[in-house]
Parts: sequence; structure tokens; C-alpha cells
Amino acid sequence: MILTDFITYDVLRVIWWLLVGVLLIGFAMTDGFDMGVGALLPFVAKTDAERRVVINTVGPVWEGNQVWFILGGGAIFAAWPLVYAVSFSGFYLAMFVVLAALILRPVAFKYRSKRDSKLWRSGWDWALFVGGAVPALIFGVAVGNVLLGVPFRLTPELVSHYEGNFLWKFLGLLNPFSLLAGVVSLAMLLTHGAAWLSLKAEGPVAERARSIGTVTGVVTIAGYALAGVWLAIGIQGYAIVGKAVTDGPSNPLYSEVERTSTWLTAYADRPWIAIAPILAFLGIVMAIRGLREGREVSTLLWSQLGIFGTISSVGLTMFPFILPSSIDPNSSLTVWDASSSHVTLFIMLVATAIFLPIILAYTAWVYSVLWGKVTEADVTGNSDTAY
Amino acid sequence: MELGIVELSRLQFAMTAMYHFLFVPLTLGLSIILAIMETVYVMTGRPIWRQMTKFWGTLFGINFVLGVATGLTMEFQFGMNWSYYSHYVGDIFGAPLAVEGLMAFFLEATFVGLFFFGWDKLTRVQHLVVTWLVALGSNLSALWILIANGWMQNPVGAAFNPDTMRMEMTSFYDVLFNPVAQAKFVHTVSAGYVTASVFVLGVSALYLLKDKHVELARRSISVAAAFGLASALSVVVLGDESGYTESHTQKMKLAAIEAMWETEKAPAPFTLIGFPDQEARETHFAIKIPWVMGLIGTRSLNVPIAGIDQLVAENKARIKQGIVAYDALVQIREQRAALSSAAKPSGAEAGETSTSAEGAGTGGISPELRKTFEENSENLGYALLLKRYVDDPRNATPEQIEKAANDTVPGVLPLFWAFRFMVGFGFLFIAFMAYFFWMSSFGGERYPRWALIFAVILIPAPWLAAELGWFVAEFGRQPWTVDDVLPTALSVSRLSVEDLLITLGGFVTFYSILFIVEITLMVKYIRKGPYQDVEETKAWMAQHERRLRALGDEDAIPVASPAE
Repeated sequence: MILTDFITYDVLRVIWWLLVGVLLIGFAMTDGFDMGVGALLPFVAKTDAERRVVINTVGPVWEGNQVWFILGGGAIFAAWPLVYAVSFSGFYLAMFVVLAALILRPVAFKYRSKRDSKLWRSGWDWALFVGGAVPALIFGVAVGNVLLGVPFRLTPELVSHYEGNFLWKFLGLLNPFSLLAGVVSLAMLLTHGAAWLSLKAEGPVAERARSIGTVTGVVTIAGYALAGVWLAIGIQGYAIVGKAVTDGPSNPLYSEVERTSTWLTAYADRPWIAIAPILAFLGIVMAIRGLREGREVSTLLWSQLGIFGTISSVGLTMFPFILPSSIDPNSSLTVWDASSSHVTLFIMLVATAIFLPIILAYTAWVYSVLWGKVTEADVTGNSDTAY
Repeated sequence: MELGIVELSRLQFAMTAMYHFLFVPLTLGLSIILAIMETVYVMTGRPIWRQMTKFWGTLFGINFVLGVATGLTMEFQFGMNWSYYSHYVGDIFGAPLAVEGLMAFFLEATFVGLFFFGWDKLTRVQHLVVTWLVALGSNLSALWILIANGWMQNPVGAAFNPDTMRMEMTSFYDVLFNPVAQAKFVHTVSAGYVTASVFVLGVSALYLLKDKHVELARRSISVAAAFGLASALSVVVLGDESGYTESHTQKMKLAAIEAMWETEKAPAPFTLIGFPDQEARETHFAIKIPWVMGLIGTRSLNVPIAGIDQLVAENKARIKQGIVAYDALVQIREQRAALSSAAKPSGAEAGETSTSAEGAGTGGISPELRKTFEENSENLGYALLLKRYVDDPRNATPEQIEKAANDTVPGVLPLFWAFRFMVGFGFLFIAFMAYFFWMSSFGGERYPRWALIFAVILIPAPWLAAELGWFVAEFGRQPWTVDDVLPTALSVSRLSVEDLLITLGGFVTFYSILFIVEITLMVKYIRKGPYQDVEETKAWMAQHERRLRALGDEDAIPVASPAE
């Protein structure tokens, strides 16, 4: 196809690395507050009316937000088939737990207020808690494991084999560093959820959210800093041997990979990427300040900046690695050797360039229609349409 | 059959996919019925139509959310359980899935929130647009997933690349306008419309039987019957189109569905019923109708349809050719390994130079070898069928080749009967919808009691028909995940049996609980009936009736109305 020559293969690969990053960050920024709100629910709202207020702050939007996650999965499948194949089968039981939690969440939103029974409602409230907290934790744990390297190897036919029996594969994910990453992720989304509630709710609910959010914000910063130190002194990195072939065929076995002393050499090679962790710190610190001082819109925006900085710092530190292998470094998946073909990447880019702006436009319109605080009167007055 | 990872992975996929499809067809059809009802509301301003939209909307919501929730499993299960498949065809299969997210999921999910929460926040026309966008989004998602599925049935626009060990897209246009995908799309969404029509009609019939919510029920029946009749006709016509395309693309599936063991003289007879015997390769007690099969399958009187015996013999030849392709592929890999180890001492330099066309192109592999591979590569998948019996297909014995060729015949008996029940339901729906359409349009909406009872009993039937349809489509493609390209046995993730038992048990338990919760809520809200805008609607109905009486138009007064 002639059209595809407009953008060379290596450039397209980088663009798709950016786009997947955008989708994952978009997911964390939007559905992140839904999950944070779900996980905060039992702690910020005591009465049924309060709980309904909390649920209805995200009621009309969680469904659209969740599509960032689904699209993230679809985009990884389309742009990086091997990453999709190796990571999802490798993290098999963890993925199952995430799925179960994420299946529970929509059902809980929709069904909770459809019966008056107290038991019914408190059961679904805990389902919302699980649906928010568990994925937030596991996504962080997964990122931690990716930084450490994952025990898989590829055969010459590119069949992936994951080392260890089923139980060890699952429990092995829960190592100290990855758990720390999980805590950072959970605390970050709790803070984000608190920032959302401080904007959309009022009275005691907003106050409780603000005081919890301040604490989780501090945990986020401390955990993120600790993880940085840990990466600097205790965790080996990966590097491609020799100069990377950036427009060769997508076959990880064609390149050689070695372990290096630390991932953080990336900051010596490309000093400008230090902007990412700086934004992470800045965003979260300002979000904490905003929560303490009771600012609303700006707090949410600062929290989003913090999320942006945190997630992009991981991606930039690892670049070009996506999924390194701890037991067979040569099997590691990188931006240069795990992508789709030139044609597919190009077509997908065209589709994204058309639809992403449209999506952003109508999403913005929906948010503007729903602008304003959700009050107890809204919830009780509209019992036939509200959750 | 011993339960290894292949069987367990298939079982889990079949279970989760069929469960997901309990919710999808109702979403597809009900979203459009809601949009039709709300359009009537906006055009006439009659509150009863808004009440109908809200009432069926409540049931839509209870169903929709489980479709969304169980769809998550579908999106991630390919990577979790079918990782080699995901690698092997992800370059083609992943694209429609991602476009589905971009074009369809965002649309329906973003606006479905406003559908429920936006009644007081939007103008009438704005809300109507929102409802239509939800319907559009749902139906577009069906389009893209069926383009993906259509490619598994008829893998066009792709070729195997020996450098990356996978299929790669050569033409997006071909993938998009795959005739199999197009026929499947219309067939499937029409089935969804029938499902929703039967559901609306059945629930309304229940109300009429109980003499409750009569105004809502009468109007709902007239919408559902008209929409249902058009859709039921469309399902059968496009199902026939699917059969016709299969006679070109999936000959084995067609032969298995029809239990055509031998190639018969054209035009072939159609076996109405019978008992296919896979071992003996014959159908006992067959009742045949001359000519019909040839007419449906080839739309001609002189083109023969290949029978199973002939196809197995052809497949045996393809396996042998596939071994040639496999051999060339292994040699290409060995040459490449030799080249890269020779280049190792000056690794850095070699890397630098190979960013040029050479690296992406032939890479120093002998052109004859590539040519041999390319000439036979369309049969590579057939050599992979041997992997069940021998690690290296080149070492296969004639008996193993024979076995692999026989494996290409899917289970005839279940396909034969599943197909016949599905088609039987299809014609039943046409008759059923035609009757109700006639009675609602020209019969003065006087539905006899037996017809109403039948409508209630029929509610589960479209789900059954839809699941049978998927069974025919997917089981009929075995032993392949991608027809002629990738065998099912190779597609799975290398998990352990324990992994699969845990998740299978988890899904069965979890999904069963959700199903019970969903059904009890549905029943609760059907019993409750329309509970929104009650006062406003009642006041308008009373006024409406007075007006009709004042006009002296006796016929216009609803005969079934309790006020009569």
C-alpha cells in the first residue's frame, strides 16, 4: 500500500507507544475516579442517602469511562499482539480476579438501588468497593512486575511459555516491590476519587473525602518516592545489545537483550524525561493542598496531572521495553519488535485520528450537561432515574 | 474425550461467549425499539409513548449492564486463553476489535448514561438523539465484532509472514468487505431485533392477559409486531445468504450441516430430517427433497456441491502440500539463525546496516526457499493440523496424515440438528409476527387468548435460536479457529489444567449468581409495570378518550381499554 509509506515503520511504532500510553492514562484519569469513588464509598458515606449521592456522582459517566479500559485492551491487541498474548496469559489468574471485580462493578451500579432491602444494598456497596479497590491494586502490582521482568520465554514459533505452576505464577506476582507499586496505584486512585467527590458532592461526604484524600495523597507521594529509590539501588534494568533495529520485522528473537545495573540509566541518556516524575510530584502535592484548602476544579486537574506524570514516568523509564523477560532476556518485548505490521499500524492510526477527537468532543458535551453538584435532594427527588 | 487445556479452554470460551450472547441480542433490538417509541413521543407529544420508552428502558438497562459486564471477559479472553491465536492473527483480528471500541463502545456507553439520567437535563429532541446514538453504537459494535468473526470464517486480505511467524494484513478493504462478514452482520442484528420484538410482544401479551397496563401493551405490540415481522424476514433471507457464501468459502461446514457424505449429482437433494452417523458416513432414515439443496447452496441446477468424502480427500492433499510449506518455513528459520550467528562478532555494525530495506526485506534468505514457501503457504495451516499427533509435521506417517484429514470433519449430528431447529424457529417467528402484525393493523387489536398465551410461552425461543446459530457457526468451523489457517488445538495459551479449572469454576459460579439476580430483577420490574410519569400519562389518556368520544368515532376508542 502506497499510503502507508507516508509514515515510516519506526515512527509509527513510536506513535503507537504514545497512543497506548494516552489510552492507559485516559483510563486512569477518567475511570480512575470511578474506581476511587467505589473504593471510598463505605468510608465517606454512612447513610443510604449519602451513599446514593456518592454513587450518583459517577452514575451517568462510569460506563463511558470504562471504555477507556476496554479500548486500551483492544488497542494493545491491535498494535502489540504479542504483548497482549504474553501478558494476559502470563498474568492469567490475576487477570481473572481483575475481570471478576470489573464485572461486579457495573452490575453493582445498576442493581444496587433497584431493591429497598438493606442487606441487598450493603452487599452491592461492598461489591463497588471491591470493583474499585481490587483492580486499582492489581494494575499497580502488574506494573511492578513488568519493571522487575516477567518469567516467560518464547519458542522459535513464538509460542510463549510462562514459568512456574499455577499457584506460584499467581503468588509470585505479590513480591514486595510489586506490592509497593500496587499500594501507590491504589492510593493514587483513592486520592483521585476524593478529588472528584470534593467537586461533585457537598457537606459531610465531601469533607470526609477530603480528609481521606489528604492521607492517601501523602501515601502516594511517599510510596512513589520509595519505589524510585528502590529502582535506583535494588532493581536491575534491561537494554538492547548493540544498536536497536527499529524498522525490522516484529520478532523479539531477532534482537539480543542484556541486564543492566538499573533502569534509571535512562535518565542519564535522556535527561528530559525527568519532567515526568517532576510532574508526578507536583501534581500530587498540589492535589493534597487543594484537598486541604477545599478547592474543587483545580484539585481534580492537579490530581490528573499527578496521574499523567506517574504513569508516563514508568513508560519513559522503560522505553523501548514493554514487557521484559526475567528468565530469557532475549524474549523481551520492545516497541521495535512486538508491534503489528506497518499496514495495520497505519490503518489503526487513521481510525484513531478520525474517532478520538469525536469521542473527546461528545464526552466533553456529556460532562457539561451533567455539570454541577449531586445533592441528596437530586437523588431522592429522582428516584425513578437515579441509581 | 479427555479434558486437556484445549478442551477446557474451548469449554470456557463457549460458555462465556454464549452467556454474553444472552444479553446482546436484546440490547441490539430493544435499543432500536426504544428509539422508535421515543420518536413517536417526540413527533406526537403523547406522554404514553414517553412512559413506554421509560418502561422498556428500565428493562433495557437491567439487561444492558450484564451485556457490558460479560463483554469485558470477551475482550480479554483472547489474550488470556488463546494467546497463540492472539499472536498468530492479532495483526488482523485486533484491528476490528480496536475500531469497535473507538467507533461503537464509546458511543453507546457514553450516551447510555444520558439516556437514563438526561430526561430532565435535555430537550426532547436532544434526548431523542441520545437514544438513537445508543442504538447506533450498539449496532455498530455488532458490525465490528462480526467483521472480526467473519474473518475467522473466511480469512481474506492476509498472508503468512515467515519473519514474524504470523498472519499479517495485506488488505484492510478485503477484511472490511468480506462477504461472509457482511451477511453475518445483517443476519445477527436481525436476530437481535427479532429477540427484542418477541420479548416486547410476550411481556405485553402477559399484561393483556392480566388486563393490566393495557394502553402501554397495545401500543407496544403494534410496534413489536411490525418491527419483528421485518426483522424475522431479514433473518431468514440473510441466513440463506450466509449459506450461499458458505458454499464457496466453508464447504466442509456446509456439507456437515447438511450431512452430505458424498458429492451428489447436481442439483443435490435437501435432507429434511435424518440421523447422521459419523462412523459409517451415512444418514439413517433420511427424508430427502430433490433439487432443493442445489438451489439453496449454488442457486443453480448444474453446479455440484462437494460432499464430505471428496473434501476429506482434498484436505489430505492439502496436508501434504502444507508439509512442503512447513519444511520451507523451518529452513528459512535455520538460514536466518545461521546468518545472525555469523554476524554476531560485529553485532553493532550489523545492527546499524540492517535498519535499511535489507533488514525488513529478504534478510539474506535464499529467494528459491521463499518462493517455495509462498507457493505452498496457503496450506501451511493443514500441516499444523498434524501437530496434534507429531511434533514435527515433516515426520508424519501416512496414518497420521489420514487421521488429520479425518479431523477436518466437524461433528455432523449436532450440526445437522442444531441447524434444523434454528431454521424451524426462524420460520415460526415469521408466522408469529405476521399474525400479530395482521391482528394489530387490520384485526382491530382483538387478540385471542390462545395467541396471547402462545406469545408469552414463545419468549425464550429467540434466545435458543440465536445460541443454536452461534453453535452452528463456531462448532461447524472446527477443527479450526481460523478456517484453513490455524487449528484450534494450537491456538490455546500454555496454561495448566489447574488454571483453567479455577477460572472455569469461577465463571460458572459467578455467572450463575448474576443470572439469577438479573432474572429476579427483570421479573420484579415486569410485575411492577410502568411506574414513571404515571399521573401525567393518566391525565392525558383520560383527555384523549373524551376527545375521541366527542368526535363520535366509536371505532377509535380502544376496544381493549378497561375504561370501556
